Amino acid sequence: MTQFTRILEGFGSTLILLIKSMSYLPTLPRQFHRFVEQCYLIGYTTLPIVAILSFFIGSVLALQAGYSMQNFGAKQFIGTLVGLSMARELGPVMVAILLAGRVGSAITAELASMKVYQEIDALETMNIPPARMLVMPRLVAVLVMVPVLTIIADLVGWFGGAIVSKYTTFIAIDPPAYFSALRRFMTFEDVLNGLIKAEAFGFGVVLVCCNIGLNTRGGPREIGASVTRAVVTSLIIILVLDYFVTKALM
Amino acid sequence: MANPNPHTTRNPFTDVESAAVSVTIEDLSKSFGQVEVLKHISFRVEPGEIFVLMGPSGSGKSVLIKHIVALEKPTAGRVTIDGSDAADQATREKVRIALVFQAGALFNSMSVYDNLALYLREHRIANEAGIREKVMRALQILSLEGAVKKFPSELSGGMKKRVAIARALVMEPQLMLYDEPTSELDPVMGATISEIIATLKDDYHVTSIVVSHDRDLALSISDRVGILMGGELIFLGPPSELRNPKDPRVDDFLNPKIDLKNPRFKKLET
Repeated sequence: MTQFTRILEGFGSTLILLIKSMSYLPTLPRQFHRFVEQCYLIGYTTLPIVAILSFFIGSVLALQAGYSMQNFGAKQFIGTLVGLSMARELGPVMVAILLAGRVGSAITAELASMKVYQEIDALETMNIPPARMLVMPRLVAVLVMVPVLTIIADLVGWFGGAIVSKYTTFIAIDPPAYFSALRRFMTFEDVLNGLIKAEAFGFGVVLVCCNIGLNTRGGPREIGASVTRAVVTSLIIILVLDYFVTKALM
Repeated sequence: MANPNPHTTRNPFTDVESAAVSVTIEDLSKSFGQVEVLKHISFRVEPGEIFVLMGPSGSGKSVLIKHIVALEKPTAGRVTIDGSDAADQATREKVRIALVFQAGALFNSMSVYDNLALYLREHRIANEAGIREKVMRALQILSLEGAVKKFPSELSGGMKKRVAIARALVMEPQLMLYDEPTSELDPVMGATISEIIATLKDDYHVTSIVVSHDRDLALSISDRVGILMGGELIFLGPPSELRNPKDPRVDDFLNPKIDLKNPRFKKLET
């Protein structure tokens, strides 16, 4: 099978999985415990790493911007630059990349090992569709948790930028001035655009990781190969979607 | 208690009787790429019968059993259960079929109790008290009451097989399929599993299809035996005919002689 045919097959099976999973949406109230468990795994356990990385991304943005802008007297716009960059681009992309690395890889590993050790076959013989029990609750959970993670990433990033702006000697901008610049040029639409992008990335990552996991064949080596493929495919999807969603939202 | 009517399946939990099912394999062929794994296989398993399917490794036994539960699609031919196509969703909803996998296929993230309760919960067959009663009854039938809180990783090979049978049993099946139920077990545990399969047939008249290499199991509990070799059914008949087989291939498979002067592995095709 050529690489192109494989890509087409992967695209088709992902689409079928999406349709199947969404057809089980009415069963969500019965599976509320699974939805809550996935919210915990996707949201709560990812939160510390999101907070740490956002803080340092906001900090380094402020540092680089301050260093570059001091030469032409534009330091007062550091808050604007950090605020817009975090909300429109870096917050959503960073959350999605963390989801791919942390949550997506775990999903693929779990579903791939269930497939390899015939647990998925066992579900099918019991007339329990894997898309209903294993995929749909994850897709709904990611839609609920990604905006929360992105808003936290934005806020922590802005805060990191404010700290660096105050305590770096060649910047030395007080938080009130920093946040005033941030508010002056930022709109609710900027934050909303970022949230829409994050939703698209998160949903795409979880769907692709589920599909790759469920289509794993072979043994333990193939589980590892599937995890690698899921993470690489997720990163490609994030960056490709980033361009098209950004363009669509402009 | 033995079921007086051999044409019905008695539910072990409710004592309600339902019709035992037949399975018909009609001219079934299956290929993976260029490799033809099953070649025009035809036979019928009668309601309430124990049918043992034997054959060397790679002869297509497990592939055949997967067609009955629609995990594989035939290249040609078809499988019917009581006249309905096994691949149809409607058939799977109408007839309760349980497959005991070779390695158990227990859900590793769930306790033994939850493994058994999953089917009942997902299909909303009973409330939590009813589920508990059915699960404990199935565990009791297989003497597994002590394993209720354990996880699959804490069980021995024999216990895993018994839990897998118990999980199949809570589905109250009309058709039980076993894939190598005695493989990787010591002889005593193998005999125990054979006794369980025979007891389920005697007490509940579940139609059973057993894929196995185990000659003792085939000779002692089966009603009929089929032998697959190279994707073809080379023997079909009662186990008594296997004691003095006429076909030299069947004889060699069941009574292999160790010949150190002319070893088989040197004759194998590469």
